[in-house]
Amino acid sequence: MAQDDNIYYTRGLEVPETPEPGAKPKFWEKTAVVGKPTPRVDGYERLSGTAVYPSDIKLPNMIYGALLRCPHPNARIKKLDAGRARKMPGVRAVMTGDSAEAKNLKWRYDDFTVPLLDPHCRFEGEAVAAVAADTPYQARDALAEIHVEYEVLPHLADHDRAMDENAPKVHKTGNLVGKDEYSRGDSEKGFARADTVVERTYHTQCELHTPMELHGCVANWEGDRLTIWESSQGVYAVQSTIAEVLDLPFSRVRVIGHYMGGGFGSKLQPGKYTVLAALLARQAARPVKMILTREETYLSVGNRPASTMHLKAGIKNDGTLTALDFRCTGPSGAYPAGGTSLVDWLIRDLYQCDNVSCRSNDVYINAGPARPFRAPGHPQGSWALEQMIDELAEKTGMDPVDLRLKNIPEVSQARGGMPYTTTGLARCIREGAEKFGWKDAVKKARQHNQSNSHVKRGAGMAACLWIVGGGGQPSTVVIKLFRDGSVNLNMGASDIGTGTKTIMALVAAEELGVKPEMIQIEHADTGTTQYATPSGGSKTVPTEAPTVRNAAVEVKRRVLEMASVDLGVPAEDLDYNGAEIVSRSDKDKRIRVTEVSRLKKRGVVVGVGYRGPNPSGKTVNPFGAQFCELEVNQKTGEIRILRFLAAHDSGRVMNRLTYDNQVFGGIVMGIGFGLTEFRQLDTRQTGKLCNRNWHDYKLPTALDVPADMESLPIEIDDPEANNTGAKGLGEPVTIPTAPAIANALYMATGIRFTRAPVTPLEVRRHLDLQKEG
Amino acid sequence: MHYDEKKPGGGVTRRGFMQIIGTGAVGASFAGVAMAARPEPAPPEKMIPAENTVKIRLHVNGAKQEVLAEPRWSLLYVLREVIGLTGTKEGCSRGECGACTVLIDNIPRYACMTLAVEAEGRKITTVEGLMDGEQLGPVQTAFLEEDAYQCGYCTPGQIMSVEGLLRKNPDPGTDEIRTAVSGNLCRCGAYKNIFRAGKKAASLKNK
Repeated sequence: MAQDDNIYYTRGLEVPETPEPGAKPKFWEKTAVVGKPTPRVDGYERLSGTAVYPSDIKLPNMIYGALLRCPHPNARIKKLDAGRARKMPGVRAVMTGDSAEAKNLKWRYDDFTVPLLDPHCRFEGEAVAAVAADTPYQARDALAEIHVEYEVLPHLADHDRAMDENAPKVHKTGNLVGKDEYSRGDSEKGFARADTVVERTYHTQCELHTPMELHGCVANWEGDRLTIWESSQGVYAVQSTIAEVLDLPFSRVRVIGHYMGGGFGSKLQPGKYTVLAALLARQAARPVKMILTREETYLSVGNRPASTMHLKAGIKNDGTLTALDFRCTGPSGAYPAGGTSLVDWLIRDLYQCDNVSCRSNDVYINAGPARPFRAPGHPQGSWALEQMIDELAEKTGMDPVDLRLKNIPEVSQARGGMPYTTTGLARCIREGAEKFGWKDAVKKARQHNQSNSHVKRGAGMAACLWIVGGGGQPSTVVIKLFRDGSVNLNMGASDIGTGTKTIMALVAAEELGVKPEMIQIEHADTGTTQYATPSGGSKTVPTEAPTVRNAAVEVKRRVLEMASVDLGVPAEDLDYNGAEIVSRSDKDKRIRVTEVSRLKKRGVVVGVGYRGPNPSGKTVNPFGAQFCELEVNQKTGEIRILRFLAAHDSGRVMNRLTYDNQVFGGIVMGIGFGLTEFRQLDTRQTGKLCNRNWHDYKLPTALDVPADMESLPIEIDDPEANNTGAKGLGEPVTIPTAPAIANALYMATGIRFTRAPVTPLEVRRHLDLQKEG
Repeated sequence: MHYDEKKPGGGVTRRGFMQIIGTGAVGASFAGVAMAARPEPAPPEKMIPAENTVKIRLHVNGAKQEVLAEPRWSLLYVLREVIGLTGTKEGCSRGECGACTVLIDNIPRYACMTLAVEAEGRKITTVEGLMDGEQLGPVQTAFLEEDAYQCGYCTPGQIMSVEGLLRKNPDPGTDEIRTAVSGNLCRCGAYKNIFRAGKKAASLKNK
């Protein structure tokens, strides 16, 4: 057994008071461990190479699966012959639409139900057949021996053509997935009152998640019980989908996802590949590892849809926004998947404006369906809105920082005036600008640009909020206190790289007085851990942290009850003080936690925590503002980002180390969205994907991002949000990055780059146009 | 993105390898390598069908190991699925992301672009080989302290690139570290902390 000194981080320092039974824990006024920069509790595993990611699983007798995918954007399978594939060396299972295991199974794309192996493939990369063999090399050899005859059908690859009368129809019902409309006030009147009205069309390109770990799983049957190790953001979401498709009770589908190599929204759900791995495993009576190729992930596991946005804005000379009118078209892909989902949210809610109208058309194209991608819709809408605000500032002769500060809403206008629990929008903009040295940066850039240098400079900024980020029900967490005082924390949530486990250890440590490294964490396993929703939406910390706190408080209550028997005083008179329990009325009456006799006898104390509801009548949202400085080489069109500062209000900072890392990561991803990343479909001819790998689809590398990135947390106490005061962080940090860059580009070049990404080619093209007038 | 293929002593002798295996079996895997600068390979002494295994001796993390491998198997596949050293990760299998970076004779190389047979007799170091018993080595410790990772999947590759750099240059500047990890993608975007970890690793190693 461990000694006390190893277990408790402090002696004599108070741990938070234990609330009366039924009472809620009080807001932490000060903290001993929460918020401090703390290296990750699973750092050893991730850095030593011992962390077992789903791709790393190797089971006895395991074989390797591979998928055959449709090479056409729209085609019907006329004939499929897998006879030769079955006879290939090492092949143990072959699955086609006619196989007994697969033929009656259905797959749901939103409200569309299709056969699992559908003879009508509506996008390039749709699953056609699958094999499993002794090695992945043999499995690929076998795929090459499956002969498929396709009837190639007309396709639609360009979402701007989707509503044309003669456009090929992706579905019989046409190409419209749905319309979304919103309005408040009267835009026409608002525009009439404006001194200046500006209209522009903006485009953003389709962005692909491409997490470093490939999508995939290992599937293993033991009789009629299935275990799946899936690279996933949420094991319970995988469990329910697989159980539904295979018509199994949840108790026969165990999903494990201890480590995972990034998802960004694309791993909130399993894929057809997960089901096919299970079917191949059943046919072969062996475990099957099914890891997609990088190319398959480009085609079939989601994306941030492209958008075509038109924004009209009216402003008075004093900087009052009088009206916003927004129209947007975006593609879901071949099935409904939120093609324009939340693209208009910032237009509705970020700035004070009485007259707003938004209309969105979500359309079908013959390409892989979208999936949520880090702050769905927001970076697109931000690209339009934040460039527009910059332009309005110029037209009214105001500083863009001041113009934004002039239009800070007190309440959520898009929710009918519902108050925010806290809003740090103004502080993020004001204090961010100060820390960045905004005025100075603008002055210096303008001075620099008067020289003859072909390298021009610019400074730009943008602000944001994120529609959710308050977390919510449901969540359950169990904490076990062992009789030596060390702790086991059991939760269902995945740690997708954001440091969830570390933060939860800090929360439990804060309440129990135990060192974070003395807490063992069991997580992301439907068989052994508690229910949690997938990690996404910047809701994991505000959902799970209060639940962990509730569980820890429950442990303390139980230990106090047990100690009251030893000490002969009522539990209400006892303080849990880390290593010791002390009577308030008689300080001599004290007992070490490890000496509590019922704990010694039982071995463990268990506390169960549940997530309480969010405050009613208020909304919990994170806010932020980002500032950047860059150089543009007018000869080559190259853009060099010199520095970034990000000021974010995400409530309490739970771990400063992982907090800053999230902020920097959001900026890097935003740089990709703004400058380098786009999915290129061959819209004119084949409709196929042209850039299906990291060589042709460019992520920002170490050479493309500034080393000078600064994170400025705007920490505002938010006791109403939840009992930890934490709000979401992972998504807001990537929303305003790209438009901040675009606004800096404008200062450097005098050109509004309305099409993202702004590649060197695009810069050169515009500079040439500018020269020609 | 690629490490210098031409450096003396910095690579596998492809010519010798081809003499054993035959160009047909391996030609495709050389795409992207500057073939023009190399002498024409001699005709193969014998051909081995793709599905036949050959016995190869690998020298991994200080231990000699014999494995049966198909000539087409990548070093990455053999390390992960045959030997069971899964610290080295697969991200693309086509030399783009660097998640599979290992040291071969102290030079960072993509294990997905290296055939196992090419690596025969070479000193291979994986992230597991940087451990000091059960303790993290200096580069790993620097990554821990600077929080130079998020999901951790690209991390072994980043660590090996930094380790390779430090073996050549014990006191690198930020630009040298940047260049050293420029063939290692990090989708979580932990680059800034990776640069700092590179610096810290240098100081930990020089202690």
